[in-house]
Amino acid sequence: MADYKNEFGWFAPKPTVEKKIYNLTAVAVGLGIFLVVFGAPVLLNMGKVHPVPQPSVDTPAIQKLAEKERQCVEPTEWMRANHMQLLWDWREQVVRTGERYYTTSRGKKVLASLSNNCMECHTNKSQFCDQCHNYVAVAPNCWGCHLPKEQNVAKAEGK
Amino acid sequence: MNFTQRHITVALAAVLGLIAVAYVGVQGNLQLLFGVVVPYLALLLFFEGIIYRVIKWARSPVPFKIPTTAGQVKSLPWVPRTLGDKLDNPESKAWVLGRMALEVLAFRSLFRNTRTELVPDPKFPEKARLVHWSYKWLWLGAIAFHYAFLIIVLRHLRFFFEPTPHAIALLGEIDGFWQFFIPTFYLTDIIIVLALLYLLGRRLANANLRYITLASDYFPLFLILGIVSTGILMRYFFKTDITAVKQLIMGLVSLKPVIPAGISPLFYVHLFLVCVLLAYFPYSKLLHAPGVFFSPTRNLPGDNRWALHVNPWNYPVKFHPYMEYEDQFRDAMYEAGIPVEKEPETAEVEEE
Repeated sequence: MADYKNEFGWFAPKPTVEKKIYNLTAVAVGLGIFLVVFGAPVLLNMGKVHPVPQPSVDTPAIQKLAEKERQCVEPTEWMRANHMQLLWDWREQVVRTGERYYTTSRGKKVLASLSNNCMECHTNKSQFCDQCHNYVAVAPNCWGCHLPKEQNVAKAEGK
Repeated sequence: MNFTQRHITVALAAVLGLIAVAYVGVQGNLQLLFGVVVPYLALLLFFEGIIYRVIKWARSPVPFKIPTTAGQVKSLPWVPRTLGDKLDNPESKAWVLGRMALEVLAFRSLFRNTRTELVPDPKFPEKARLVHWSYKWLWLGAIAFHYAFLIIVLRHLRFFFEPTPHAIALLGEIDGFWQFFIPTFYLTDIIIVLALLYLLGRRLANANLRYITLASDYFPLFLILGIVSTGILMRYFFKTDITAVKQLIMGLVSLKPVIPAGISPLFYVHLFLVCVLLAYFPYSKLLHAPGVFFSPTRNLPGDNRWALHVNPWNYPVKFHPYMEYEDQFRDAMYEAGIPVEKEPETAEVEEE
């Protein structure tokens, strides 16, 4: 169908609309803000190398153990993701039922205690716990009550 | 299958299919695809799509101002105007900024939402009465959803910066200030789920709304519900090594991608759904986010009474004024006894 009649009359030329960006300043400012805000993580981190946290298991207590016994109460992979759950369960268990022992998945009975079991080996809170907690910005409230062993050690050495 | 069931099924199947794709892919050791290639592609589509659409909108001329926004327009000095009038019918660009801020931050126009219903008349039970009533639930659901989503996105920035900015850590602490459950339960997690279920339920409960709700309305709701539920599952129930997750994300944002070991498939499902959301965003109704800034009833000041708005597509009109018309038909008009401005004789003299 030929375009013989439109809203402007018979064979009338359609009005041409200027091809341009209206309100260019406002649009540019808006798009700029959008790009800067949403691109911030890339703009600020581009090309940088971020050290990966290396929780240290090099403590005197662990060194003393025989090679075979150098393992946590549960497999390391599981502990990485679920240690907070384990500590929480231990707290519930000890406080509510008075049962102070926990049977590991390997069938070993261990003392269910942060201060008196975990931190017997992991005496280095700042080199172990804090490494990952700081990296992912987790602030566990363990230390509201529990004293990190290394402080005691430092105190004792200071005396 | 009726209309609603068809549209729900399509949307739900799409989301479940996406979950399955990511899960099966990661089981098949496609971590590199779902952890690096797909996120970069999704971001590319997101930025490209938004810029494309914004420029496309900016090139569309606005033919006229829409003067009838609620609120008294600036008029004679003795016509009173409240602050609400000034914000609803702004007289200058500064006030437009105020109206836009109110719209973007507080969803002003949604707050004015009304619902029209036929209810039984108390006096004549056999008859119905048309009632318009202020309906704030949609506003509440929408604002709860949007702010919860914003806080959740901001909280996630702890995976995008090293060291984590204090403001982000603080936001997480405020969100989890009950210190309930381990890891600390976040209030926004439950708010966003409730708000999403309300927004979904609203569409399902009302027959009128069901009729205008399409798969493209259900899909974003199901998709965001999928993202939220995988996130909640991953945080509280099936945990993964988040140190490795942060390594993956820091690799992405520093443009040196790495795939650390020990990340569960659930994380890749979560990430894949987020990527789909990003890629889907610029090509769907979710684009109301930048679109609100281009709403003519929101971004144009109500100054019609003293500022001329020229239609950009005004074209040269061929006028046929009365004098030309009379010149053309003067003799015939004169003969028919129709009064004319100029007598035929004087007109002829003038022409000579």
